[in-house]
Amino acid sequence: MTDITMTVNGREVSGSVEDRTLLVQYLRENLGLTGTHVGCDTSQCGACVVHVDGKAVKACTMLAAQASGSSVTTIEGLAQGADLHPVQAAFREHHGLQCGFCTPGMIMTAVDIIARHGSSLDEHTVREELDGNICRCTGYHNIVKAILSAAGASQPQTMAAE
Amino acid sequence: MGVEGIGAKVLRKEDRRFITGRGRYVDDMSVPGMKYGAFVRSPHAHAKITGVDVSAAKDMPGVIAVLDGKQLQGDGIGNLICGWAVNSKDGTPMKMGAYPALASETVRYVGQPVAIVVAETQAKAREAAEAVMVDYEELPVVTKAVDALKEGAPQLHPEAPGNLIFDWELGDKTATDEAFSKAAHVTKLHIHNNRLIPNPMEPRAALGHYDPAEDHYTCWTTSQNPHVARLVMSAFYNVAPEHKLRVIAPDVGGGFGSKIYIYPEEIVCLWASKRAGVPVKWTSDRTEAFLTDAHGRDHETEVELALDADNKILGLKVDTIANIGAYMSLFSSSVPTYLYATLLSGQYDIPAIHANVRAVYTNTAPVDAYRGAGRPEATYVVERTMETAARELGISPAEFRRKNFIRSFPHQTPVIMNYDAGDFEACLNAGMEAADVAGFEGRRQEAQSRGKLRGLGMSCYIEACGIAPSKAVGSLGAGVGLWESAEVRVNPVGTIEILTGSHSHGQGHETTFAQLVAERFGLPVDNVQIVHGDTDKVQFGMGTYGSRSGAVGMSAIHKALDKVEAKAKKIAAHVLEADEGDIVIENGEVKVAGTDKKLGWHEVCLGAYTAHNLPDGMEPGLKEGAFYDPTNFTFPAGCYICEVEVDPDTGVTEIIQFVAADDFGRVINPMIVEGQVHGGLAQGIGQAILEGTHYDETGQLTTASYMDYAMPRAWDLPMFKVSTTETICPGNPLGMKGCGEAGAIGSPPAVINAITDAIGNNDLTMPATPEKVWKALNAVQ
Repeated sequence: MTDITMTVNGREVSGSVEDRTLLVQYLRENLGLTGTHVGCDTSQCGACVVHVDGKAVKACTMLAAQASGSSVTTIEGLAQGADLHPVQAAFREHHGLQCGFCTPGMIMTAVDIIARHGSSLDEHTVREELDGNICRCTGYHNIVKAILSAAGASQPQTMAAE
Repeated sequence: MGVEGIGAKVLRKEDRRFITGRGRYVDDMSVPGMKYGAFVRSPHAHAKITGVDVSAAKDMPGVIAVLDGKQLQGDGIGNLICGWAVNSKDGTPMKMGAYPALASETVRYVGQPVAIVVAETQAKAREAAEAVMVDYEELPVVTKAVDALKEGAPQLHPEAPGNLIFDWELGDKTATDEAFSKAAHVTKLHIHNNRLIPNPMEPRAALGHYDPAEDHYTCWTTSQNPHVARLVMSAFYNVAPEHKLRVIAPDVGGGFGSKIYIYPEEIVCLWASKRAGVPVKWTSDRTEAFLTDAHGRDHETEVELALDADNKILGLKVDTIANIGAYMSLFSSSVPTYLYATLLSGQYDIPAIHANVRAVYTNTAPVDAYRGAGRPEATYVVERTMETAARELGISPAEFRRKNFIRSFPHQTPVIMNYDAGDFEACLNAGMEAADVAGFEGRRQEAQSRGKLRGLGMSCYIEACGIAPSKAVGSLGAGVGLWESAEVRVNPVGTIEILTGSHSHGQGHETTFAQLVAERFGLPVDNVQIVHGDTDKVQFGMGTYGSRSGAVGMSAIHKALDKVEAKAKKIAAHVLEADEGDIVIENGEVKVAGTDKKLGWHEVCLGAYTAHNLPDGMEPGLKEGAFYDPTNFTFPAGCYICEVEVDPDTGVTEIIQFVAADDFGRVINPMIVEGQVHGGLAQGIGQAILEGTHYDETGQLTTASYMDYAMPRAWDLPMFKVSTTETICPGNPLGMKGCGEAGAIGSPPAVINAITDAIGNNDLTMPATPEKVWKALNAVQ
């Protein structure tokens, strides 16, 4: 067992966990933050992406003990009260989600992509950087639109006619 | 249309909980005292079980129970059923082998459950499952359906000699042979339709909870149709009688067909919760999902198309072998028969068709409906053959299709279907314009100047949705009716709850269903709550599959709204002392037409519940229900055009452009319809170029993770060009056809027609990986 302490969504939490406990398990099972999802067992799907010290991390690739001392933001901590984060709002506005299961990881990844690229983002870069996030519902079309929109970047040319 | 009525782009009501991480999926559920289940699964594709030793596992820390197939059988839990009886052409019933929820004598595919361990934590349950010692005597294995039919092939089930479940036919063989005898040209093709693994992003899960105080069970499960799950678990598996079993399908993270079926795991979790005395939750990991979720497709087909000297189609012959896997899943028999061969006429006027289908057991995961279910297989056969014939004859594929289009409706095909409405030429024209087909040759030359090979391929699909009148499907062997139910509960303050038997697992029902109320009464969609997915709340329903929630589910709501409207008008007419026929309801007001007399909607609703001033004899309250049974299938159709660029050095295909021009009848919410098309296209393009399922010769699934099975990623797909034309479906009150599966149905042949056009070799199977494309290209150079 390992004693851990971290800040999750602005709140300090601490506890004792089995050494093998993954960050995603700690968030879901110990803290009840079930918005972070588990969609695979090979760190491919990205449904579990959270921010650790401001960077997008797959919470299934990190032990809870490794995150001790860090500041973690999950999908539940992204909106400020009733106000949606601009990326959350863009996913809704552009219908960038259907079943909602990949959505928390997609949004957390998107926030990180936008933070690094800003309004210089283009379709090519968005698609390349979504390599670690799988969606089975949307065909990515509206996810790409939502991310470009939230970044304040221009939409792909083929969209001009829409 | 009002701002939120039929045809309006209304943003989704359900989104807020999903984008803030407040969705509630089965694995998010927790009940007091809950423990975790892990399954012991067969590592062999075919073996006899000679012994199960659970002693070591039982003694491990945190283990509460280890339960096996003999105990399950001893408690009278029944074998799994197939819900659609298909007879062979000689009249004999299909030959179905026994399918127990936990195998106790023989295992027939890798991953088949043998026992369950219940423990304090998921990790402890999984560790103990590893410690259950099962002795196996390995048996010979067959994974390909064609091989399973051969003399001397390993035999799976004693009930099905030669592994043949049925040898079925549809159409007129004599008339078709006669048509071929007059042919000026015959096109022949071998078609391989690759096996796919559905992969909704939420893995399956089940939480079984037995309450001894009430002798009552609750099952939270990842289901597209919780009422059917309750019915089947009760009537056939003897888990509990229906009134003692509540099934809840909360937020469900995608289904695509794979969550229609009642799998062994939910049955076992319910049974184990009573046996172990604790609620039991099992959540599939991704590898378990690959191994045990029902797969899709897996057909081998020989097809022949007969044409006259004027290039008009005379007849079509199809001979298909369908791989059913190791056991017959719930609707497995209907997919390669009534959902497949009935669509072989495509969009074309074909006087004679004959189809023969053999369904075959193999040592692979069960195969059942996956997005499209039979219609993608039919469309792939028809549209690959049409394109091939046009190329053989040296004529325009578009003009060849145009020449053979069905142009008057209703149209009776030779394979059961009666197409009620459509305008195939309108879709073709819209598609060709959007794709700038006229400019293609210029683009091809430009690509050539860069050393790249451009190709253009099209597909004109038709499919069948809603799944038909109950009486009709009953006569064809279905074990259930295919109607839908709805209840509209108007509250005294005028807000509305709609209870529906449809189930949303991404389709946006909470929004589109509420739009019907906005259209009808002019109320905001925020005043409407959609209730679904709980057998304790909704009386009954058939669930969501076959693109049926619009055409059938919303038609039931429409009928119930008719009754609510009629009663509200009676009340208003009585209060306002007007003629019932003069009452109109709009913008949330109930008015006497042509006067300034009116009541607020909420006043009428409150009046219904106070019952102080109702017409004589009228019952208080404002709540109505309806069952809607469809009068026919609905027939969405469209034209898909794909443009690709192949790199001749690497064989890599890039989708440059994909155009979808669909006719879905009346569209309720265009944003949601476009989203459905996008997702379907991604799955169809995935089938065409990425997704390959591979079993090795010992029956091990070598594509059982996202490291090995190529899921479409953002990088693999283009922005889609999607549009709709509209012919109203005459078969239902809303004129809707259904849009959930079209993308997956129409796209694979368009992609393969485009790649084969680019490389100049028609001999290419799906998935057209770079290796296959490179080999096909170099075979012709």
